[in-house]
Amino acid sequence: MTAWSLPKLRPDALAVWRRNVLVWRKLIGPALLMNFGEPAIYLLGLGFGLGGFVGNMSGMPYLAFLASGIIASSAMTTASFEGMYSVFTRMVPQRTYEAILATPLEVDDIVAGEMLWCATKSLTSGVAILIVATMLGVVHGWQALWAIPAVFLTGLCFAGPAIVMSALGSSYDFFNYYFVLVVTPMFMLSGVFYPIDTLPHVMQGLVHILPLTHAVELIRPLVTGQALTQPITNIAVLAAYALATYYLAVVLVRRRMLV
Amino acid sequence: MNMNEPDSIVSARGLRKRFGDRSAVDGIDFEIKRGRCFGFLGPNGAGKTTTLRMLLGLSPMSAGSLTVFGLPIPEQARVVRARVGIVPQADNLDPDFSVAENLEIYAAYFGIPKQLAAPRIERLLEFAALTERRTAKVDTLSGGMKRRLIIARALINEPELVVLDEPTTGLDPQARHIIWGRLAELRANGTTLILTTHYMEEAERLCDELIIMDHGRILDQGSPGELIARHVEAEVIEVRGERSVLFEPIARDCGCRLERMGTSLYCYTNAAGALIAHLQATPGMVFLHRPAGLEDVFLKLTGRELRD
Repeated sequence: MTAWSLPKLRPDALAVWRRNVLVWRKLIGPALLMNFGEPAIYLLGLGFGLGGFVGNMSGMPYLAFLASGIIASSAMTTASFEGMYSVFTRMVPQRTYEAILATPLEVDDIVAGEMLWCATKSLTSGVAILIVATMLGVVHGWQALWAIPAVFLTGLCFAGPAIVMSALGSSYDFFNYYFVLVVTPMFMLSGVFYPIDTLPHVMQGLVHILPLTHAVELIRPLVTGQALTQPITNIAVLAAYALATYYLAVVLVRRRMLV
Repeated sequence: MNMNEPDSIVSARGLRKRFGDRSAVDGIDFEIKRGRCFGFLGPNGAGKTTTLRMLLGLSPMSAGSLTVFGLPIPEQARVVRARVGIVPQADNLDPDFSVAENLEIYAAYFGIPKQLAAPRIERLLEFAALTERRTAKVDTLSGGMKRRLIIARALINEPELVVLDEPTTGLDPQARHIIWGRLAELRANGTTLILTTHYMEEAERLCDELIIMDHGRILDQGSPGELIARHVEAEVIEVRGERSVLFEPIARDCGCRLERMGTSLYCYTNAAGALIAHLQATPGMVFLHRPAGLEDVFLKLTGRELRD
């Protein structure tokens, strides 16, 4: 048994997930305000304000284009924040993982539970935006509900790398690198605010390496009622990122905790 | 109790842990018997905590073999931890939960069903004298209350073995005595205890058997009484102050083993009578006469220089 042994997925991970749900429930007021308030302001401000100049984009009102993109990008930022600041807090200053490791649970279970939790938080934020977007009249039909599992998968995909950063980080400041070098570029380049086919050809190839591009490609048509372009590829890329970073996160957290 | 299980609850052979080229634990052997209180005594950095972490499968060992309840570590560490209670050195209570919720969430980590956990939690709150504070947030508790809660938490799975890493460090005497009382209660109920400490009084009161460790090695092992008999004379006269210098040649003539620490002189002897008479006859001598204890053994074996 080494730090590199393959992790095992066990139902024990749900105990860690449940812990976080219980804490979240205590702070549900501010959490929901954040979930609903922020996207509502974004969509009203940018969608109506900017939308007036932009008109239609990719054959839909700009508000619909933006709302569907933000559902995907908020899954990314929510999972990234949770996987960095909150996970780091539990791993280092709060010693919660040390306490959990004194029970039969292992690092495999902790990381799996945290990833599920990050994805759950992505889900709450995605659903909130979906509700706001529905009220603004930009959601087309019941197929939009398929966006919910897609948001969960997006959350898993971004939870992994965030926990990797937590396992490597020495302080909260370290996460600035990841936000500035990874999260923000993806936010700007992956088709959240404008269609990627306006990018130079080379860039279009490059942005298809980024998971957020696939999340947007999957979620936007589901929300706005258009045809999916390459759903299998999108799902496969997101799942591959989630699995690979789960493994890496387990290895790195083991190396940090089990010394 | 499984009849196939050996009477020894922990068995370590050639246990070793290296960090780079430093050996934190340098090839040690020991057996821990069921129902005893077993202590690891040593200065900071002696390798006590690392040894405990290896025992629980929380630190990969560099060499050697280790079994707990007859099960190999680290392979069966999960199964072992399900039957062990762990009291860590640093407080790691969950600050997002209240006192009772800390016990509830811990029961969930062990997979203990709610109906089974609920009466246990009531008993443990009682045991920790925290029933009144059950809804308090943990950061409002005093140091002693936190320790009691951590010990209660370690008992949620009704463990056969409880491992305590410096259980009373940083507590005031009242809090310490309460913890000692609780640990004695556990031991009387047949729970095996393993503890690390650098409080001699704690080791002397609680432990049936001790290992004195330093620099990753075992210096000696035995009951507190055996260790005292083996390493030091029966009595100590501690002469304090500048005037102790005057007493030094007299003590030496009487065949005392002498140690000096600052302005204090420690005279180890099996026949204190004549020396005491002399000290009492000399005006201005400040001295303390006491039976030798574990602390004297400890200082003799590990030296008096400062450890960090």
